[in-house]
Amino acid sequence: MSDLLLVSTRKGLFAVRRAGPGRWRVEATSFLGDNVTLALPDPRDGAWYAALDHGHFGAKLHRSRDRGASWEELGVPAYPAPPEGHEEKDGMGRVIPWKLIRIWSLEAGGAGQPGVLWAGTLPGGLFRSGDHGATWTLARGLWDRPERGSWLGGGADYPGIHSICVDPRDADRVTVAVSCGGAWRTVDGGASWACCSQGMRADYMPAERAYDPNIQDPHRVVQCPARPEVFWAQHHNGVFRSLDDCASWTEIPAVPPSVFGFAVAVHPADPLTAWFVPAIKDERRVPVEGKVVVARTRDGGRSFELLRHGLPQEHAYDLVFRHALDVDASGERLAFGSTTGSLWATEDAGATWSTVSEHLPPVHAVRFVQQVQL
Amino acid sequence: MPRVSFTANLQRHVPCPPCTVPGRTAREALENALASVPRLRGYILDEHGELRHHMVVFVNGQACADRRGLGDPVAEADEVAVMQALSGG
Repeated sequence: MSDLLLVSTRKGLFAVRRAGPGRWRVEATSFLGDNVTLALPDPRDGAWYAALDHGHFGAKLHRSRDRGASWEELGVPAYPAPPEGHEEKDGMGRVIPWKLIRIWSLEAGGAGQPGVLWAGTLPGGLFRSGDHGATWTLARGLWDRPERGSWLGGGADYPGIHSICVDPRDADRVTVAVSCGGAWRTVDGGASWACCSQGMRADYMPAERAYDPNIQDPHRVVQCPARPEVFWAQHHNGVFRSLDDCASWTEIPAVPPSVFGFAVAVHPADPLTAWFVPAIKDERRVPVEGKVVVARTRDGGRSFELLRHGLPQEHAYDLVFRHALDVDASGERLAFGSTTGSLWATEDAGATWSTVSEHLPPVHAVRFVQQVQL
Repeated sequence: MPRVSFTANLQRHVPCPPCTVPGRTAREALENALASVPRLRGYILDEHGELRHHMVVFVNGQACADRRGLGDPVAEADEVAVMQALSGG
């Protein structure tokens, strides 16, 4: 079980440690005042990575080898210059710059690939580093796909890669998800890619395009570590699951209290169990009836329980972003943080929740620090 | 030689005191200033060497007319100031 959380917020990175049953405390702060968009504790060597967005000064990446005591700045993904005279446009005809806007996802490569990292970015490029983040290379096999021309911004002005799933069976198999560009898969370490969002449905597009796999908006995609052929997606207008390694997706209907949300977590050992943090969809984006709840299924989406014990049940307007829910390797401990600076943790798979803080800066991402795999 | 200075808000991320460097244009002076603090480059210029969207370079108090190329001429005693472009709230 993990006793340590990295909480990335609009105003810094917070290390939160378990102080006893149901008690979690902020133990250390890094980058106070800076916009930390996400953090990655690398389970292979114990290094921590933090992605920052300085606004005026651009996106940056830092690494700590001493669990946050000190940090060093690394290289960042850099886009190549576009071909002379080339003007890139998204699916709506808006110009897309070939420039790093934001690091939106960061994952470690396989256990046998020390130093390999993957970074998903806005405006839609996926980058690979083979040297612990010092240098980065754009995955041209994905960037050059003609279908990318129909991708759209979703939650941002430009398309972005927010989910990266490195297959535990074979680290050359990597699945990424794009808002809005569906899910994509490589089986050769990133050289070639194919869209794999067949079955997803977009109700924000004209009916003729609803099942176009290239314009889907999966808000977050996760892969079950013990059953890697099973994926869950919290999509813009529904919950979807794949049982066949993303060959097809099936919509899970009637998730209570709303099918809208950003975050999803799957149990590391049980592919039938997944957690969601729903909200009123789209035009409002607040919890249904002002009550913060977690929806959990333990039967593959046939039924859901609403978990609310310990969560605010009146006038709560916390929204939970796509990277702000995580589950530890035991499947018993979960934590999630909100746009209004609340952070909750559970040690019984969601049956009861404890409030860690209600006063953090807006939370972008929550990540358990897992035990280092030696 | 022209003098190049940087917004105080950068100092927290990358120490960059004012420096006096050769250069006949704002670009040349900036490049020469960045040569001694390589990590500073990515905070001011993007991966294509263009001024970041929310940054601005002044020469003697006037924003560069050539925002993209920073080709504005600078003279011996000129002041080149790298600042944040105000925007939003």
